[in-house]
Amino acid sequence: METILFNIFALLAVLSALLVVVNPLSRNPVTSAMFLVTTMISISGLFVLLNAYFLAAVQILVYAGAVMVLFLFVIMLLDVEETARRKLRLVSLTMGFLSVAALFGVYKSSLEATYVKDVDSSQDIATADEIDGFWSEYYAAATSVGESESLVTVGSTQALGKELFSSVNGFILPFEIVSILLLVAMIGVILLSKKDTK
Amino acid sequence: MIEPTLSHYLLISGALFSIGLLGVIVRRNILIIYMSLELMLNAANVALVAMSRFNGNLDGQVMVFFIITVAAAEVSVGLALIVALYRKRQTTEVGDLASMKL
Repeated sequence: METILFNIFALLAVLSALLVVVNPLSRNPVTSAMFLVTTMISISGLFVLLNAYFLAAVQILVYAGAVMVLFLFVIMLLDVEETARRKLRLVSLTMGFLSVAALFGVYKSSLEATYVKDVDSSQDIATADEIDGFWSEYYAAATSVGESESLVTVGSTQALGKELFSSVNGFILPFEIVSILLLVAMIGVILLSKKDTK
Repeated sequence: MIEPTLSHYLLISGALFSIGLLGVIVRRNILIIYMSLELMLNAANVALVAMSRFNGNLDGQVMVFFIITVAAAEVSVGLALIVALYRKRQTTEVGDLASMKL
């Protein structure tokens, strides 16, 4: 079941990502944005398969929701009707495609050299059961003794929050810095969007 | 059928990153280039979450949490810049924005 779902989501993500970039039927940015939404939803499906439920929800909310609505809003606002007809130059298209394909080939071969060997010898790499066992131990250690085991699911919001805000080696300072970054971004956007900046 | 392993997820992540890079190289519309950038960020997120899952460490997921937040801020600023640029130049094609070229 997991394998089938992985295949579906992976295929959907890669196909719709391709349609964002090189759509043979439409050069309209709105179409690209819609296929990008499909890609984001597929990626969130992959997150669910990887037991990252909170991140899957955030991916849907922030990317498929907020970011893509912002994109569509700007596309509609700019009304780029006439530039959609411009042709892609064939030379740049082929050269770009070739260089990216070469880069991906290098990546894929290095990946195979690193990981497939481990799977074949099956010594270093842990099996799925071992990993799940590790996770349940990890969360049993991470949560307090009084809580029941059934509450602690792998990759849950609770575990992520404990990791994020733990006082020993948590991420409280980065969290606060990010909040300041959001404030700065908000002020910057307001300033940039003003008609006359005096 | 074989269970999806770490290398499968990394392969998907690499494919998504390559497609995003292709978009940045090939397309001339600044909005599409920006969408391709988002695609590349998401490919990195997939790799981080997969590493976090298969290595039994939650730090990767925390990293993705921060990446999503920073990407949201980056998108808002970038789109505001694009709107400001369009107001000034009436175009979204990068070929028309070459006034800094010597």
